[in-house]
Amino acid sequence: MSTNGPDTPHVPGPSLWPIGFAIGVACLLLGLVISWVVAAIGAVLAVAFGILWALDVTRDVRGHVPAIAPESRAAAAFEPDAPEEPLPAYTRSRFLEASLIGLSAGMGAVLTLPVLGFMVLPSFTNLDEEEIDLGPLDNFPEGEYVIATYLSKPEQGEVSRRTAFVRNNGSSEAGEPSFTILYSRCVHLGCPVQPNGPIDEDSIKKIKNVELRPVLAQSFGCPCHGGQYNSEGNRTAGPPVRSLDRYSFSIRNGNLILGELYAVGTVSGTGANATISRYPWSVPGTHVDGLESWLYPIVPSQVTG
Amino acid sequence: MARRKTRKQTIVDLAVLAPLDWVDERTGAVRGTKWFLLRNVPRDISWAQTLGFGTLIAFAVQTLTGAILAMYYKPASEIDPTTGKPLAYASIEHITNDLTLGWLVRGMHRWGASVFVILLFMHMGRVFLFGAYKYPRELLWITGVLILAMGMLMGFTGYLLPWDQTAYWATVVGINLNGTAPFAGPWLSQFLAGGAEIGSDTLAKWYALHMLLIPGALIALIGIHLYLVARLGITSPPWSDEAAGRERPVRKPTGARAGLVRPGSGKK
Repeated sequence: MSTNGPDTPHVPGPSLWPIGFAIGVACLLLGLVISWVVAAIGAVLAVAFGILWALDVTRDVRGHVPAIAPESRAAAAFEPDAPEEPLPAYTRSRFLEASLIGLSAGMGAVLTLPVLGFMVLPSFTNLDEEEIDLGPLDNFPEGEYVIATYLSKPEQGEVSRRTAFVRNNGSSEAGEPSFTILYSRCVHLGCPVQPNGPIDEDSIKKIKNVELRPVLAQSFGCPCHGGQYNSEGNRTAGPPVRSLDRYSFSIRNGNLILGELYAVGTVSGTGANATISRYPWSVPGTHVDGLESWLYPIVPSQVTG
Repeated sequence: MARRKTRKQTIVDLAVLAPLDWVDERTGAVRGTKWFLLRNVPRDISWAQTLGFGTLIAFAVQTLTGAILAMYYKPASEIDPTTGKPLAYASIEHITNDLTLGWLVRGMHRWGASVFVILLFMHMGRVFLFGAYKYPRELLWITGVLILAMGMLMGFTGYLLPWDQTAYWATVVGINLNGTAPFAGPWLSQFLAGGAEIGSDTLAKWYALHMLLIPGALIALIGIHLYLVARLGITSPPWSDEAAGRERPVRKPTGARAGLVRPGSGKK
């Protein structure tokens, strides 16, 4: 601490504790994926070795308070024997200083917080999409997929065009109509999944903003990174982390109505008899089930509904 | 002793030096410029130490060409009824195909972005291999890493703006890549997309990030970076015997703290 010229840099001595600290951090990160027990051990190791490390590198400076002569306005000690008055704890100048800083911080917050809120909040609020009317049920032959494209927000134009793959499964065992409606967004990283089969462009039907094209395909593939899905939207090859997202649906006046999207872990069984593990919708590439889903404890759709 | 000034010296005095003195007396600008530019550098520096300045020039080219491209570009995804194309893409076509020299300026901006990032990495490699990040230049390295991150963000946000198929789907993939980050990822991607998916406001948002917010941060960081370069000087190469930089006064680290903390108020 004596000299700190250009040639004698002030550096702490070498220490071995960072090795333990690094092992602890590695255990902690590994534990996030494997098990909370490993994570807890890692956390304890990291904290313990971190403290030892900090103690080690600060050994030279701990307890060493640099001597700074206190400021004094007294010209000289005229009355050396007079009892010293305790200094006031909160002088006028300190009060003014603190109030100026506090007032400025308050004014700054009043100005900046609404602006920051306007930057962030519109992405998470008022996102409700209208239900989409795909037209009469006759347009959906049983057991075959139909590509339905529609404008999710007609006032925004083509940028809001979405694609769904709709298959009429006939009736379920309970006698209720059953549809498999897959969303074309690849659950790897969001590219547009395509049906693996010829599209019947001659049979195209246009109903307002909706276009329906029958397709001879019972599997789907993504052009970006090669993800493949079977007829139920389960992954069969490639990098996707879950099954294709699905729409809930309802039937009103004989028309098929698309409801909200939800994420799917896996689907067992097929068609009307399928068992679907359903989760709140989340961004492509995020796991919704299994250990990895712990990495995404709260997704926006759970908060904004 | 005072020799009479030659006619030439008198002219230089009156026309150049006197006005400079007038400005310097009121602003310190001349002294500041000399402090910034007229520095001693180690005797054995080479072309390797010019990479940082090259990066700065690449950034200046991006700033200038970007500002001029902004005079013609329209960040809107709406379909133009006359051409049937989105306005953003139509304006890019207009810049490239119709406007005089538009192809050149757009090309400079498009390829200059790669040049900027490549030079950033070469500069970083030079600093790393020469050990120039060591004491007392740690904060130079840290501001440099922040500049690198900002440069990458510039590339990411700029890629969407042509609004063609490559731009759109590469950005969808990029947004969802961010979305896979633990905990905050889904929130980050929803902020970047301006909703659950890319919508009509997304393009303008990315345009604002690309040409206002991130460049502002970048310029501020470059300012700090350059100030530190001027203050600390250029490092000698590792094989050099020459001392580097300005001579710094020998000073205890406590010196800078003196007077910041009011001692002994409220207690004996």
